Amino acid sequence: MASNSQNPSTDAAKDDATTTAEEEGFNKPQNEEARPDPLDLPDTLELEETFKVYRGGTISHEELDFDTEKLLEMYRNMLLQRRFEERSLQMYRKQKISGFLHLYIGQEAVSTGSVQSINIGEDSVITAYRDHGIALAMGMDTNACMAELFGKKDGCSKGKGGSMHFFDREKRMFGGHGIVGQHIPVGVGIAFAHKYKQDGGVCLTFLGDGAVGQGALHEASNLAGLYDLPVVLVIENNQYAMGTAVHRAFADTDLCKQAVPYGMPASVVDGMDVFSVTKAMREHVEMARNNQPSLVEIRTYRYQGHSVSDPANYRTKDELEKKKSEDAIIRLKSYLIDNDLSSNDELDEIDEEVKQEVLDAIEFSDNSPLPDLEAIYDDVYVQEDYPFLA
Amino acid sequence: MAELQFREAIRAAMTEEMERDEDIFLIGEEVAEYDGAYKVSQGMLDQFGPKRVIDTPISENGFAGLGIGAAMNGLRPIVEFMTFNFSFVAFDQLLNNVAKIRYMSGGQFSFPIVFRGPNGAAGQLAATHNTSVESFYAHIPGLKVVSPSTPEDGKGLLKAAIRDDDPVVFLESERMYGLKGEVSDEDDFILPLGKAHIVQEGDAVTIVANGKDYYIALEVADRLSEDGYQAEVIDPRTIRPMDFDTIIESIKKTNRCVVIDESNPFASISSEIAFQIQERAFDYLDAPVKRVTAKDVPAPYAKNLMDYYMPQADDAYEACRQVMYV
Amino acid sequence: MAIPVDMPKLSDTMEEGVLVAWLADEGDELSAGDVIAQVETDKATMDLEVFDDGVLLKKVVEEGEAVDIGALIAVLGEEGEDISDILAEFGEGDSDGKAEAQEAEDEEPEAEEADVGGDGAPEDAEVVASETEDATPGTVAADDNGRIKASPLARRIASENELDIAQIDGSGPHGRIIKRDVEAALEDRDAAPAERKAPAKERRADVATIEDEEFYEAIPLSQMRKTIARRLAESKYTAPHFYLTIDVDMERVVSFRKKINELAEEQERAKISFNDIITKACAVALREHPEVNSAYLEKEGEIRHYKQVHIGVAVAIDEGLVTPVIRNADRKGLATIAEETRELAGRARDRKLAPEEMEGSTFTTSNLGMFGIEEFTAIINPPSACILAIGAIRDEPVVQDGEIVPGKRMKVTLSCDHRVVDGAVGSGFLSTLRSFLEDPMNLLL
Repeated sequence: MASNSQNPSTDAAKDDATTTAEEEGFNKPQNEEARPDPLDLPDTLELEETFKVYRGGTISHEELDFDTEKLLEMYRNMLLQRRFEERSLQMYRKQKISGFLHLYIGQEAVSTGSVQSINIGEDSVITAYRDHGIALAMGMDTNACMAELFGKKDGCSKGKGGSMHFFDREKRMFGGHGIVGQHIPVGVGIAFAHKYKQDGGVCLTFLGDGAVGQGALHEASNLAGLYDLPVVLVIENNQYAMGTAVHRAFADTDLCKQAVPYGMPASVVDGMDVFSVTKAMREHVEMARNNQPSLVEIRTYRYQGHSVSDPANYRTKDELEKKKSEDAIIRLKSYLIDNDLSSNDELDEIDEEVKQEVLDAIEFSDNSPLPDLEAIYDDVYVQEDYPFLA
Repeated sequence: MAELQFREAIRAAMTEEMERDEDIFLIGEEVAEYDGAYKVSQGMLDQFGPKRVIDTPISENGFAGLGIGAAMNGLRPIVEFMTFNFSFVAFDQLLNNVAKIRYMSGGQFSFPIVFRGPNGAAGQLAATHNTSVESFYAHIPGLKVVSPSTPEDGKGLLKAAIRDDDPVVFLESERMYGLKGEVSDEDDFILPLGKAHIVQEGDAVTIVANGKDYYIALEVADRLSEDGYQAEVIDPRTIRPMDFDTIIESIKKTNRCVVIDESNPFASISSEIAFQIQERAFDYLDAPVKRVTAKDVPAPYAKNLMDYYMPQADDAYEACRQVMYV
Repeated sequence: MAIPVDMPKLSDTMEEGVLVAWLADEGDELSAGDVIAQVETDKATMDLEVFDDGVLLKKVVEEGEAVDIGALIAVLGEEGEDISDILAEFGEGDSDGKAEAQEAEDEEPEAEEADVGGDGAPEDAEVVASETEDATPGTVAADDNGRIKASPLARRIASENELDIAQIDGSGPHGRIIKRDVEAALEDRDAAPAERKAPAKERRADVATIEDEEFYEAIPLSQMRKTIARRLAESKYTAPHFYLTIDVDMERVVSFRKKINELAEEQERAKISFNDIITKACAVALREHPEVNSAYLEKEGEIRHYKQVHIGVAVAIDEGLVTPVIRNADRKGLATIAEETRELAGRARDRKLAPEEMEGSTFTTSNLGMFGIEEFTAIINPPSACILAIGAIRDEPVVQDGEIVPGKRMKVTLSCDHRVVDGAVGSGFLSTLRSFLEDPMNLLL
């Protein structure tokens, strides 16, 4: 693999490396004449890789063509995720919500920044089980999301999926998925279909740092690299896989390097700055549009435990407090005020609106009916008269 | 009628369907350049090109998942497992993704995908390459499982499976690929899923068998016929959903049943058939349901052990005579 | 508006939490997300955060207290706000409790119904059992338990054709009756209908047997009958019985009883029966012979020597036999024993004894003396190791100091469970019992 393809800048996403399905298909030719004899060994094999880094606080909104309206919309969206998750936790504790509940608090810049890089409804997104944030960032209905947590009929999955399984076909949100890493090949398959159909779409495939240890990532990365698929693999590195810190799980904690064997460009992003995330994701999506798969490691931080029953004793209060001081929402708020783009009052008003939206969603969910018992047999098969054993 | 090998019938089904629908593609290990490990897809790369007949690395979890994602995004993949023995490294893709995402999404997504390839024992390949997988996949709500026994059934059922909007596990056999049989010339010959085939009518005993065991059932029926008894032979064709109605109706006539099943016996398809019979035809039984299965051990290598491991026609014949009290 | 803070569900399996420590004080200004306490769940100690801004107006729970999910822990609000409504609402947390109790009560009748249903079930079982028993005699296919082996199909065909499957020989494995056997039987019947059906009735007049209905009255088995049958059969078959009989001189008991009953009449107390005296004598003797006051418990793998003496007294009632228990009879006076026995026996005849009043005896007595029975052997009342069968007091010539004089004698027979009590042990007990009866003043000591 050409080493310069590791450079993620768009101009280096080589046109000659990209193929359309129509021209060449997905297979590499069996007998490539130019291919060097693998037994004709050089003196040494070199591996020199550099990874672009998108540090926080280095990018302005003008650079990203964000106007004030857009910025306020993003601010509102991040706050919505925050308030939604806070109330979810409360509702869990009031036993309105059961089962697993994995909260996104602290990671909002990743979801909101990422969706600035795609066209909702045309491009595709798939993620793991911590899926509320990206769902709301994609504009999924707050009521339907909360109702799903409540296990109600009006939930985004009719109450059959719960917290880990938010889906929205129209928005092309291909779901939250519960088995770590196993959705990554599915994400690559979604990208495969975009290329096959030549519809110009790309697939953002989000995974947690824990999924990097799963074989599925490596099989899927290889296929993506082999078939030149329009996919961006996004590692949301929130520092902990359940209760295991990254350095206790991986021999090399620079997870972006996992892209190297598969011929994919990769970069590292400060996930506590929504501008950095936006810029990085836009550049990677551009690669995907040229059928160049790539990998982004976004470093972020999860404020809550892995799930609601996890007191997160494996980290110190100091660590948590320090991370909270770098909060992405506060950062954007300060940016808006410091640059005279908004005022405290205006932003507080947005917060009040968002809080009300979440309270309304709770009321909606409370009032939504439970799924009908007969519905238990629905949605297993497309076939309507499937003869289930009684 | 044309006489085709089983592999040719399977190929004909795929080819006809791919000509009909651009969204169908074939993906798997050595399906393209190599023409298929068992030459099932011979010539298909030339006909359809590298966009639609795609070689994969040895990476079942990866390419099974890729197929699932493609199906979720509007295509109709045919995923070939070189054998179903290798499907278990992709088991989570079938168990948790393709079978359940539709349900978990409240019906928003469908998975028109076929996983096909040879199943079960294929000779002295030892324990890891001789597993009969029917019961593993048939256990999972969300999947359909098909097991054809003849070239004609292979063609008609595979075309139905490819057109089905639900995920289908389609079980072939290395041992059967070379088998020849008459295949209907009918344009667009299709056999519906979920319907059993009464291969031979009779009143003395019902024999249920699919895949390779179908041929044991026919042999046993011949021997019983020489003894003066007419056995009814039923080929379920589809394992899930199984056409229990046809089996139960037959039991009501014959009052006894022998199931031949190449799987290991515990919690197998034969267990389920026997359960359904006792529940739905208890008062019609004149004898306990008997089954003839692989031994309850991993498949061995040595020839005599492997022969002993597999269900045998002699055992099936004896089982029939026992339930007939003759 | 004041906001209640209730015990949150902090893990999927949690039902209550212990408030380990308060981290905020009443009057503290709080913001959403502030930790106000630590709560110990079944899994871990977790921080309890508030979800709203406000002043901590009241801590409702003390440190260390366990609190159900949903119960009030604290109240937030604005300084000086009236929180009595919230307290009342959760004070009705008690009334919630009452509501639950009410629900529980509501459920009880259902439980009773279920019990009734449960009672019904054994009857059904009985019916089935009797059917099988009816079918038992004379069939090839019946096994030792009287169950007939027939294929479900054979049974169905037989039943549809009113053919008694018990009369059919089975040709299947282990004599299983199969379809062809029933069909053969049907052919036989159809071939000779006149011979078979009609004569059966005619024959009855001349060759009537004891099984014919007109010769008996069928009394359905009562639960008590069945229990007696089961328990006694179990005792007789599992406990190897042996019997020891002694003849006791009752002369002094007779005069002793006469004296104390005269006293009783004066004091308007209940009279003492011979049986009461024997109960007391047994009780006191048992205290000296704990190995007789014992039980063999195979499942537990042990023999128990009881430290207390509870005497079961067999009482005949219309439906059978019950044994109310005089507890700690060794420590009770004769008058108390007499009163208790009469009271228990009375309620026993009215079937008003509670089950626990018939349980827990460590020794049993059975007295048929009033029927003039001289001596008999009784079946041990499990799990007790021994039962004493008491005969009548007889006037008998006895030899005293070389002369024949009129005497009062009574035979008692001790049935012993040989697994616990050996001959010498039983004899030792009887010897002590005799000494008390022959010198009854000792019973007063």
